[in-house]
Amino acid sequence: MVDAIVIPLLKIVILLNAVLVAVSYLVLLERKVIAFVQSRLGPMRVGPHGILQPIADAVKLMTKEDITPARADRWVFTAAPIMVMVPALIVFAVIPFGPEVELFGRSVPLYITDINIGLLYIVSVASLGVYGIILGGWASNSKYPLLSSLRASAQLISYEVAVTMTLVSMILMAGTLSMVGIVESQRDASLWFIFAQPVAFAIFFIGGLAETNRAPFDMPEAEQELTGGFHTEYSGMRFALFFLAEYANMIVISSVATTLFLGGYLRPFPGVEGLAFLDLIPAWSWFVLKTFVFLYVFLWIRATLPRYRYDQLMRLGWKVLIPIAIGNVVVTGVAKVLL
Amino acid sequence: MSGNETTTMKVETPSPMFDTTEMVLNMGPQHPSTHGVLRIVLKLDGERVLDADVVVGYLHRGIEKLSENRDWTQIILLTDRMDYVAAASTNLGYCETVEKLMSVEVPRRARYIRTILNELQRIGSHCLWLGTHAMDIGAMTVFLYAFRERELILDLFEEYCGARLTYNSMRVGGLPLDIPPGWDKKVNEFCDIMDSKLTEYETLLTHNRIWLERTKDIGVIDGPEAIALGLCGPTLRGSGVARDVRKDEPYAAYDEFDFDVPIGTRGDTYDRYLVRIEEFRQSLRIIRQAVDGIPEGPIVGKVPRLIKPPAGETYHAVESPKGEIGFFIASDGRSTNPYRFRVRPPSFCNLQGLPRLVRGHMVADVVALIGSIDIVLGEVDR
Repeated sequence: MVDAIVIPLLKIVILLNAVLVAVSYLVLLERKVIAFVQSRLGPMRVGPHGILQPIADAVKLMTKEDITPARADRWVFTAAPIMVMVPALIVFAVIPFGPEVELFGRSVPLYITDINIGLLYIVSVASLGVYGIILGGWASNSKYPLLSSLRASAQLISYEVAVTMTLVSMILMAGTLSMVGIVESQRDASLWFIFAQPVAFAIFFIGGLAETNRAPFDMPEAEQELTGGFHTEYSGMRFALFFLAEYANMIVISSVATTLFLGGYLRPFPGVEGLAFLDLIPAWSWFVLKTFVFLYVFLWIRATLPRYRYDQLMRLGWKVLIPIAIGNVVVTGVAKVLL
Repeated sequence: MSGNETTTMKVETPSPMFDTTEMVLNMGPQHPSTHGVLRIVLKLDGERVLDADVVVGYLHRGIEKLSENRDWTQIILLTDRMDYVAAASTNLGYCETVEKLMSVEVPRRARYIRTILNELQRIGSHCLWLGTHAMDIGAMTVFLYAFRERELILDLFEEYCGARLTYNSMRVGGLPLDIPPGWDKKVNEFCDIMDSKLTEYETLLTHNRIWLERTKDIGVIDGPEAIALGLCGPTLRGSGVARDVRKDEPYAAYDEFDFDVPIGTRGDTYDRYLVRIEEFRQSLRIIRQAVDGIPEGPIVGKVPRLIKPPAGETYHAVESPKGEIGFFIASDGRSTNPYRFRVRPPSFCNLQGLPRLVRGHMVADVVALIGSIDIVLGEVDR
């Protein structure tokens, strides 16, 4: 009873809260990182060095008027932000933050569940988010959101092909679709898969940037072109859901990349006995650290690069990334059979 | 319906399954990258621009008509409000026109200082252009870097005349103020800072693959067509036409300095970018020469206290950062205000090339091209 219901429920509550706090602080981190790149200070007013800024933002967004445009499709307009937010959160169910730990005499795994098709679950659930974007843009009954949601859906679909192809080569490497299994196979191989599959990693990372609509692939919400994109007509908490979902998706992509390529919760050089003292550091903190590195790179890129154009982005996806990803699957498969 | 009947652009015929229509998209006057209150009505096929209709006039204040009811000195203040990011250039254009009508000799020291102010202004204006242009294409860090350096220029202007935006920094016949002590040294220091910062901008953009893809072959226009459209300034020089009023019809003290007029080869957005980046360097070169050689002497020529030019009319143009800004003024010789006052605004002339430039490109290129022609709406609408 306790093992089956209470502990998972507790874990879900803790995880959801942790993710939402992480998301709101990621927004602050982004503002701070970009500010430092641009020789500014970023938020400084709310709390010391602006660390309470997310709370102020949340209060502001919750008290704002929630406007539905007069000619919008009311139901779809309301449902769209939820359809974006929910998949972004439930993906976390299969992400292993750490191995099993002993807590109060019980063995508690630091993940909600470890299903044997974990990777497939992530791909399918994460791609549901695009419905919210399409419907949100369409239901607003406005031209800029419509253009933007068309861009977003085209972009997400084409980059998902490339990303999924890299996942196929990762499955070939690990021989399992379970997320925990993938991490453990990196322990067995005593090798982070980023060193075995650098091409797959590069494609996954670029595709991940595009899938989360982050710079330099942030056309759907290109403020300078489409005045904010698919959430132009949204305000208050509904806008906040779109906004939070984008950052939650960044964390998802970063944690999936960590799990697949950087050995998840494993310490660096998992096979080297001489570094065994690193095991004193809790496994989950390695995971958090690695995810943070990815997130930082996301923000760094945003501060540095100009934006691609929509057609160039599609060309890059279909003509460059997908062929390389397919080739990578073939090479991995052949190597796997021969070795 | 496809747009074949209504436009000259070739529209790829869609498969008979789908009935597609053109979409009219209103961009502006409240749009983040129309640089003020520009409004463009775009006719789109998907994201491809079939046609663009530029609507101006949202910032019209009637400066030309107002000027006909102000005396000749008061008008300088109105010229500040035209190209408000390059007020010193418009000041200079207007003052020189009146001086030409009155045949006033401007002292050499005043001409040197005017040249320094004008070139500082060019760098300041180009900083704003670079920042907003890069920001429109998504490189937001360049924007803040460029504004950081523009701030130094504003500080220099503030030290010279007390104002940071609308300088009112010249008078008919010379200057209202001499340069403060030590100012020339500060200008030289600024030139050194700017030199190193230019490299920083270029690191972020010039060889950046995304920047190249976004700007190369976008809005290509060749020299003869650019002339036919009345383009001017860096926009024209990007197409390979070496027309620069500073060289062709020297004014102020430009005939005493060495500088090059950079020109482009292909006439695309990237060439216009390179031309302006090189103009930064040439401006620094001019400023250094001018600061080192400021002669001693008076700063105002022999001008009567009440300015009343003789009856007649004249046209005079100077090279503002945006292009060739010309003033036509007519005086009846009796009153203390112009009989007729008319400006040839470079932003307006460049803007009329915009529909030609954007046709056939994507929505994202429209904002790149607005940035590329470097307009300021205060001058377009006046």
